[in-house]
Amino acid sequence: MNRVEVINRRAFLGSMFSASALVLVARVLPVEAMVSGDVDKAAWHPSVYLGVETDGTVIIMAHRSEMGTGIRSVLPTIAAEELDADWKRVKVEQAIGDAKYGSQNTDGSCSIRDFYDAMREAGASARLMLERAAAAKWGVPVSECKAQNHQVVHKSSKRQLGYGELAAPAAQQPAPKREELSFKSSAEYRYIGKDMPIVDREDLCSGKGIFGIDAQIEGMVYAAIERSPVLGGKLKSFDDQEARKVPGVERTVVIEGFKPPHGFKPLGGVAVIASNTWAAMQGRERLKVEWEPGANASYDSTSYKQQLIETVRKPQRAVRNVGDVDAEFAKGGKTHEAEYYVPHLAHAPMEPPAAVAHVRDGKALIYAATQNPQAVQDTVAAALGIDKKNVECHVTLLGGGFGRKSKPDYVAEAALLSKSVGKPVKVTWTREDDIRFDYYHTVSAMYMKAALDEKGRPTAWLQRCAFPSMMTTFNAATASASGGELGMGWTNVPFDIPNQRAENGPAQHHVRIGWLRSVANIQHAFAIHSFVDELAHLAKRDRVEYLLDLVGQPRKVDVAARGRLAEKYPLETGRLRNVIEMAAAASGWAKRKPAKGRALGVAAHYSFLTYVATVVEVEVDATGKIRIPRVDVALDAGRVINPDRVKAQFEGAAVFGASLALMGEITAAGGEIEQSNFHDYRVARINEAPIETRVHIVQSDAPPAGVGEPGVPPIPPAICNAIFAATGKRIRELPLRKHKLV
Amino acid sequence: MTAIKINVNGKELSVEVSPDMPLLWVLRDTLSLTGTKFGCGMAQCGACTVHINGEAIRSCVTPVSSVAGKKIVTIEGLSSDHSHPLQKAWIQVNVSQCGYCQSGQIMQAAALLRQKPKPTDSDIDTAMRGNICRCGTYQRIRQAIKQAAEVKQ
Ligand code: FES
Ligand code: FES
Repeated sequence: MNRVEVINRRAFLGSMFSASALVLVARVLPVEAMVSGDVDKAAWHPSVYLGVETDGTVIIMAHRSEMGTGIRSVLPTIAAEELDADWKRVKVEQAIGDAKYGSQNTDGSCSIRDFYDAMREAGASARLMLERAAAAKWGVPVSECKAQNHQVVHKSSKRQLGYGELAAPAAQQPAPKREELSFKSSAEYRYIGKDMPIVDREDLCSGKGIFGIDAQIEGMVYAAIERSPVLGGKLKSFDDQEARKVPGVERTVVIEGFKPPHGFKPLGGVAVIASNTWAAMQGRERLKVEWEPGANASYDSTSYKQQLIETVRKPQRAVRNVGDVDAEFAKGGKTHEAEYYVPHLAHAPMEPPAAVAHVRDGKALIYAATQNPQAVQDTVAAALGIDKKNVECHVTLLGGGFGRKSKPDYVAEAALLSKSVGKPVKVTWTREDDIRFDYYHTVSAMYMKAALDEKGRPTAWLQRCAFPSMMTTFNAATASASGGELGMGWTNVPFDIPNQRAENGPAQHHVRIGWLRSVANIQHAFAIHSFVDELAHLAKRDRVEYLLDLVGQPRKVDVAARGRLAEKYPLETGRLRNVIEMAAAASGWAKRKPAKGRALGVAAHYSFLTYVATVVEVEVDATGKIRIPRVDVALDAGRVINPDRVKAQFEGAAVFGASLALMGEITAAGGEIEQSNFHDYRVARINEAPIETRVHIVQSDAPPAGVGEPGVPPIPPAICNAIFAATGKRIRELPLRKHKLV
Repeated sequence: MTAIKINVNGKELSVEVSPDMPLLWVLRDTLSLTGTKFGCGMAQCGACTVHINGEAIRSCVTPVSSVAGKKIVTIEGLSSDHSHPLQKAWIQVNVSQCGYCQSGQIMQAAALLRQKPKPTDSDIDTAMRGNICRCGTYQRIRQAIKQAAEVKQ
């Protein structure tokens, strides 16, 4: 559990707000700090900054990155709600990277979850202070003063004062104590639970939004970088004579390779510096570079896949154990087993990695599309050997992130180059760079085995996975999956089965492994929910009814390693059942029997504390071409702040999931990535994506959970389960493009 | 490098760039018209879509010399105040997520509506399949096009 503290921090902020403004900051304190009595010693890390200016403008800092979720608009609406501010008079300011905002790592679908309470308390505190200021002015009890829509009203005398007029006197007071605050009831909400438009809406359809790739600093030059095609390859030699003949090319600069672990460090390479992007790209093409590829040149996706499959065929380290699986299998009853495989995937955000840096006098000024501006500070500071306080990182809009832009290697490249050339430098990755030098979604094999009773229900359930871990980013020796990865749909399978064991086998990395939208849930959900469908088919039972039977009666699932989330967010199977029933009803499941070439598939997966069930309708034509006419998603994410943006996330997740299921595949040969652009790393287009995704949101007052990622995991298994129902073809290996369906 | 005369959003301009430089980079780097986006550089994604004499083209593979004297319209020139019917529909339907692809989507859709004022679903598929949206806003793009065209949903 966390506790929120709000204080009046006017003096502390200086330039951000004017001198007389009422300024509040709120910080989220982990309960550990409170228990240990370390509260005062803990660094002051407020995350919420809210100011009321004397002209009545309310300024709310957005400390999270905007990459399409709407977060930089939606978080401020929560504070505006409790402040009862007029949204038209609220200004959202994007925060620069600074530890004073607490974590700014916009990742893990946790922005609302982590800052909902702090936003509410900051808003409610400011409201009470304004009411108190009005009461003092009028000499009436504060209980008779009510803040509403940007003014405080004294009912009986009909007097009113605007927030602007009250800001200065309110700022003289201490922040109220938590116990003194009152909060609106849900019925009073004007913004929470409503489809508030995002602040960037108009800019984004008129070309006015500024992304990292659009940022400019006066006098800037442009860089294109040639990197080792194999991870960790060393620069042997290069010849830049031809490159320097390209009009506009100024010079070349070598960026040193990294020492393991690769972390967020630049990969190293040869940069061409030019007066425009095109000249830099042209110069780069004319470079002659020789690399010493090193050990990762042995990486070959075909043999590596075989190796992973061999690994999951043998017993491995148990990571969850309930009952006695072995004893149950030893009874010699009916069993079923299957193996699944999911290849590497690339993030491919529409805006490739891009950043502008200006390094001078031991300081770095940065404009970057980044999910994590404090990681930019750390990474750039380490690369330049300066203090992170001297790295000023401005966060632009992000043209998609999906986890890629948490890793600021490209920003460090810009900083190093700027230092070398003594000018501001913009680094723009080409799409080829983006596809060939990503922090890929891992590659995985899963083995599943169940012992079955006479109704076809599992009495024992064994699942084994192996994949290189994303933690290899930070520790090159990591050879098995982390608890965090395994907690994503592997060690918390919520089925009511008496004997269960989850295992994880070793795997080495040969490319950079990162986190991609919904992370390890992708492969875990694919294996588990495909296997459930296989078992339902073997049992000749309705697949929704069978799934509900496995989930079992409403209860709290006791899974280890959920830590301090478990209390606030217990894993409740009743909520999972509810979304399965909702999705089934909304899709007309009961009435729609599978027909040849057209059928429904179902999958339900809990991730990022959100319960999601998905029914996908698939059509397979006589040539084997797949279309997805409709997706029905039911979700329970607790309280939803902006239903329209939540729907958008789940619509987008259906497309993202369809892309990876239908066509997503990154492969390596000789350590080099074989794909390079959208022609060979395909993502779904308008004529391939689900045509209509209907999103059904459970109305709930439970604490808010994640919405950016949890829509993705159920999509691939639901598609494949529908394909099985429509064609009789069981897909155990993604992507679908590799299979002949007719 | 020679001076090349181009007409962008109704303005006659002269740019000193190498004639083979794609229009995309002239717009973005030389003219600071950054509404037109780079997504692939090989006519695969549509992020760089602009109009040349009213037709949608991929500016990333269009040498600037080939459009000299022609009428170039970018997202900045579609309307000055996001009042084009498509932009209005885009706003009403809340199409954008990250928004990065949307300049290209809107320019492509504008060219479609000029040719086919009442497009069918398959017209939309055909015209828009060259424009990738990694955030997955296709369903709302379709809806907004139909709304702007006032065809039944
Ligand atoms: S950047 Fe021109 S089509 Fe992709
Ligand atoms: S809205 Fe993000 S790529 Fe289309």
